Amino acid sequence: MHIPDGYLGPYTYIAMWIIMIPVWYYAGKKLSTELKSKQVPLLALAAAFSFVIMMFNIPVPGGSTGHAVGAAIIGIVLGPWAAVIAISVALVLQALMFGDGGVTTIAANCFNMAAVMPFSAYYVYRLISKNSEVASYRRVIAAAIAGYISLTLAAAFTGFEFGIQPLLHQSATGVPLYMPYSLGVTLPAMLLEHAFGFSIIEALVTALIFAYIQKTDTSILYGEESRIKIKKDPRANTA
Amino acid sequence: MDKTIRNFAIGLALLIILAPLGLLAVGETFGEWGSGELKEKLGYVPSGLEGLSSFWRAPIPDYALPGDESQTGTVAAYILSAAIGVVVCGGALYLIGKKVAKD
Repeated sequence: MHIPDGYLGPYTYIAMWIIMIPVWYYAGKKLSTELKSKQVPLLALAAAFSFVIMMFNIPVPGGSTGHAVGAAIIGIVLGPWAAVIAISVALVLQALMFGDGGVTTIAANCFNMAAVMPFSAYYVYRLISKNSEVASYRRVIAAAIAGYISLTLAAAFTGFEFGIQPLLHQSATGVPLYMPYSLGVTLPAMLLEHAFGFSIIEALVTALIFAYIQKTDTSILYGEESRIKIKKDPRANTA
Repeated sequence: MDKTIRNFAIGLALLIILAPLGLLAVGETFGEWGSGELKEKLGYVPSGLEGLSSFWRAPIPDYALPGDESQTGTVAAYILSAAIGVVVCGGALYLIGKKVAKD
């Protein structure tokens, strides 16, 4: 899922920078207004966790390998905006230091894994949780489904970004200049290996960590305190 | 809270040590082929891709120290990479967090 340099042409990778710069800016602002000191160690752990979990490559039938991202649980625990920052830092380090993912494609990779994932995970989790008890089994299922859907969605975005390259960039004779495979190949390839492989791992990782938090300290979960505040002050709900 | 954080940190340390399990998965990742693999698949390397592929030289490419391809070396470099990642990511977020956090 880490798109290397060269697989996306300039139209796509520049568009992704244009999308991500305001997202990072807003996420940073949001972090600086909402982050409490007691959450700082958790934020640091989240970025570190995301970095390491992506090193656990898993094979799938067909000869491809991939990994979970950890973005779903981070989005659920820290909230999607803080997750954007934590996972982006991990992805930038992976690109600059370890060549895992390109540098021109940092924004695209951050869009897929550090924005699409935590946001979709967080809202799927909220949608399924509804007003259930924090300690309920329903929440564990919600977390698992959030993990599954978010990574599959990120894979779909990645497949889409790959697949539009032959349409956007080809030589005068019609030879692709960047990613050579079209949507008909890239979308199913990315979707299938995730839907039947890596997304299941992401779901398990998300549910496992969530269940652990349920048993130990639910006060670290994003929104569990603010939801009480919302009842007192309806204006706080606009975020 | 503190106990939970401590246990997460222990879990993270375990993940660093276990990271080399990720090396067991051999295979190519879709859309992350090197020039050689592309040449094999397509018979050519797309020219734009070839140009951009050398845009950046990472100091520890693919979590491995260039030149050392022994099994011990690969495993050690992978663990070292995981540790660097944890320290740099955790450290960066900790410093940023401390700087901006309220109360």
